[in-house]
Amino acid sequence: MSLFSLLGALEIGLIFSLVALGVFISFRLLRFPDLTVDGSFPLGGAVCATLIASGTDPFLATIAATFAGAAAGLVTGWLNVKLRIMDLLASILMMIALYSVNLRVMGKPNVPLITEPTVFTILQPGWLSDYVARPLILVVIVIVAKLLLDWFFATQTGLAMRATGSNGRMARAQGVHTGRMIMGGMALSNALVGLAGALFAQTQGGSDISMGIGTIVIGLAAVIVGESILPSRKLVLATLAVIIGAIVYRFFIALALNSDFIGLKAQDLNLVTAVLVTIALVIPMLKRRVFGKK
Amino acid sequence: MLSARDLKITFNPGTPIETRALRGLSLDIPAGQFVTVIGSNGAGKSTFLNAVSGDLPVDSGRIEIDGADMTRQAVWARAAKVARVFQDPMAGTCEDLTIEENMALAQMRGARRGYGRAVKASMRDGFRERLATLGLGLENRLSDRIGLLSGGQRQAVSLLMAALQPSRILLLDEHTAALDPRTADFVLQLTARIVAENRLTTMMVTHSMRQALDVGDRTVMLHQGQVVLDVSGDERKGMDVPDLLAMFERVRGEKLSDDALLLG
Repeated sequence: MSLFSLLGALEIGLIFSLVALGVFISFRLLRFPDLTVDGSFPLGGAVCATLIASGTDPFLATIAATFAGAAAGLVTGWLNVKLRIMDLLASILMMIALYSVNLRVMGKPNVPLITEPTVFTILQPGWLSDYVARPLILVVIVIVAKLLLDWFFATQTGLAMRATGSNGRMARAQGVHTGRMIMGGMALSNALVGLAGALFAQTQGGSDISMGIGTIVIGLAAVIVGESILPSRKLVLATLAVIIGAIVYRFFIALALNSDFIGLKAQDLNLVTAVLVTIALVIPMLKRRVFGKK
Repeated sequence: MLSARDLKITFNPGTPIETRALRGLSLDIPAGQFVTVIGSNGAGKSTFLNAVSGDLPVDSGRIEIDGADMTRQAVWARAAKVARVFQDPMAGTCEDLTIEENMALAQMRGARRGYGRAVKASMRDGFRERLATLGLGLENRLSDRIGLLSGGQRQAVSLLMAALQPSRILLLDEHTAALDPRTADFVLQLTARIVAENRLTTMMVTHSMRQALDVGDRTVMLHQGQVVLDVSGDERKGMDVPDLLAMFERVRGEKLSDDALLLG
């Protein structure tokens, strides 16, 4: 694998580590199986690309995309909490609805960003080539996001949110407004995904209506791979594991697609993802079988 | 103090499995009193407790705590005044969180949660001190996941957690029922001690008549969703399980004949 494709894999891996952090919040902390992600990821891309194409400052556009993602998550949470629609179904409804919303936002199936400025072109120092600068900028963004999450989940409100996912009845008995926590947590989760979508659109030369397909599987794969590499109940380590998982996962994909002798092509991506997730899910069981019951 | 007036709850109304769980139940518990509640299966003990905690909405009636109307308040909104220990040892604590995180959560029961650190170094000494009183060695395991503890240990920690923050009423829902006899005894002793030390107004639901007479100041018996027996003071002091059983039978018999009369 060339340095070029290695850095490319790192770049996409870092972007998807934000998705993975979002998925970690919904699936693991809140125990809310949330498929909104497949809609909020392209929503972030659509909002960001459309705003940049119409001349908005890229930073402002990225922030707007993050808020758009948060709003999508909030609606999913609201459907579940206030209208009492089953969690998975509420998120599927939202995912479907967002497909139309994304088309409306862009006004067409895709918005290219070729000559327009992006947060990466603005932040990139002149002496660094873009394929080195982009992963560096992304590392900073991901680390900041991780530290903010670690801080938040150690606060009183953050702890209440974790308790809500772990044992809702107990949380309510301690005075936690669990409905508010679910809605807030879903907003936080999808804000990260919206941000990832915005960054993805800015590194990949635009936003496309189909760019969200399978986002949830990739996010979940990253979480599972991360948890098998670095199993920890400590939140600070768990968020780190998720990020590592997203990057490692992306390397495996790049490796698989770049190895001519395997004969895989880009169109095999989803199949490879499914196989990798299956392997990651089976490993703990095999471990138990080999090393005896723990 | 707690005041429950004419509480009525019917499950599955208008269906063949309609159950009138509470049929105009009224009970006053003055501040500082420890009341034990007994009754046979389906008497409405747990339903009553869940109505007070807010888990079950009442069809009619009124629940006041310290003079404030709580009838329509959600569980989380009552939490400032109501502390609770569940029957299931797994239900009262968050197994994914550490001992100190669980205790920090309880320390803020009913208070506004902001963005300060949930577990502060200054809290840990207090937690350790309280855990040490259990004599289970938990004071050295603050950062262990609470899921690693046994049911009895978790129930003991739940009791400590319930007393971390002042409450107007402590609800104990058959909280020793899922434990082995020795552990149940330990948790019961602990309950009596914590209630006495903190002078908590307490309502303990139990399936054991022995327990009901051993702890507390007053014993109430429920039958068919109403209070049918209410003993306290000297009358209660001299009572033993057979006495209570006899009263229970008498009440039940009378009730049955009442029903027979109505039906006939």
